Amino acid sequence: MSALSALFMRDLRLAVRVGGGALIGVLFFVIVVILVPFAIGPDPNLLARIGPAILWLDALLASLLALDRLLAADYEDGSLDLILTGQSALELAVAAKAIAHWLTTGLPLIIATPLLGLFLNLEWRTSAAVALTLLAGTPALTFIGLIGAALSVALRRGGLLLPVLVLPLTVPVLIFGVAASNAAIVGPLPFGTPFTILCALTLLSSVVGVVAAATALRHGLE
Amino acid sequence: MALIDLANPSRFLNFTERVLPWLAGATVIGFALGLSQAYNAPDDYQQGATVKIMFIHVPSAWLAMFGWALMSAAALGTLVWRHPLADVAAKSAAPIGAAFTLICLITGSLWGRPMWGTYWVWDARLTSVLVLFLMYLGVIALHRAVEDPTRAGRAAAILTLVGAINLPIIKFSVDWWNTLHQGASVLRLGGSTVYPTILVPLLDMAVAFTLLFVTLHLAAMRNEILRRRVRTLRLMQAQSAPGS
Repeated sequence: MSALSALFMRDLRLAVRVGGGALIGVLFFVIVVILVPFAIGPDPNLLARIGPAILWLDALLASLLALDRLLAADYEDGSLDLILTGQSALELAVAAKAIAHWLTTGLPLIIATPLLGLFLNLEWRTSAAVALTLLAGTPALTFIGLIGAALSVALRRGGLLLPVLVLPLTVPVLIFGVAASNAAIVGPLPFGTPFTILCALTLLSSVVGVVAAATALRHGLE
Repeated sequence: MALIDLANPSRFLNFTERVLPWLAGATVIGFALGLSQAYNAPDDYQQGATVKIMFIHVPSAWLAMFGWALMSAAALGTLVWRHPLADVAAKSAAPIGAAFTLICLITGSLWGRPMWGTYWVWDARLTSVLVLFLMYLGVIALHRAVEDPTRAGRAAAILTLVGAINLPIIKFSVDWWNTLHQGASVLRLGGSTVYPTILVPLLDMAVAFTLLFVTLHLAAMRNEILRRRVRTLRLMQAQSAPGS
């Protein structure tokens, strides 16, 4: 088993086990969706109209809060130093960690989306469209969050610095994610246009995020 | 004395000490000229005298983007060439650029109320400039979060380069999206579409604003160099204190 796949499997296993925190992200996702009708009232038409936007904002916040697990834990127990001095390229190691993180954080959100569509009075077609756009867009959120996580990894009490750094960069993903979801329902705009831009954002962030995070780790952890 | 000699902080301090008064004087003259030209410029046939907000709004928008571009060049200087003063330049430019962005947003908002009927609209240009402002604040926050200035400078350099993608988005937002904001009328293929009686004061104000940016930036760089020297002296003092 190569070093990269060992790192990948390690991250998957750690996330899923007790204390890993994989499924607690889904729990947060569900709780926020439940909070929304308490805030804006239970009118089903209103909830259906802004449902995709709520789900996307919620996915954004849930992936933001889960970024803690990505690099900070490894920094604290010293594994990050081992990865830095290891034999595989740092970019690939960081990419493997990010993909494992998405599989345990982003993918459960996407699986939970159809159920939450029921809470928001969304039709099945709408929920499916939202789930598809989340599938294309949450990797972008993970890779962009990776940049912020790498920049703030050595800070003891980063606090809200990580969200402040990451959220402005995720604005395009949010815009096109919601645009694609709405286009699938209401659309004069075809679904494909914002959806392909969303896929492009994911591909772009997968390169830029990984390279930027590796550079940040190299320079930040001398 | 070659330009590279300015990479030495002491030489840089000597140079800027001599140059800054002249730059400040040039800034005052530039503003005097620009503001008098703006005052004497004709009223717009549709907007009346309100069009003169443009003489502050447009140059500050240009300077807001110039600030981030300058920070990106400084970021390359830090990461690629290890220039000694590059992170000082980047750290000093961030608050100034943020201030110009804020001026751009506020004057634009005040201009929008009589012209568009609203203080704010979520179109592409306004949204991307607001995101630029947030990114400026993020870079400032990152500088303040990390204790060691050199490490902070490198982290901020990476963030600056990632955020530089916003600059072409701002510039071309009025072309790519259906926006309420005015399209490009100065820097565009086919030349400017602004009449000279308005264009000349605008460009003069832009020069004045740029001189202001450079003056403030060099002054801020001086302060940052001195601040780091004070920090080093304090650390040395703490290290050699009895009982340490």
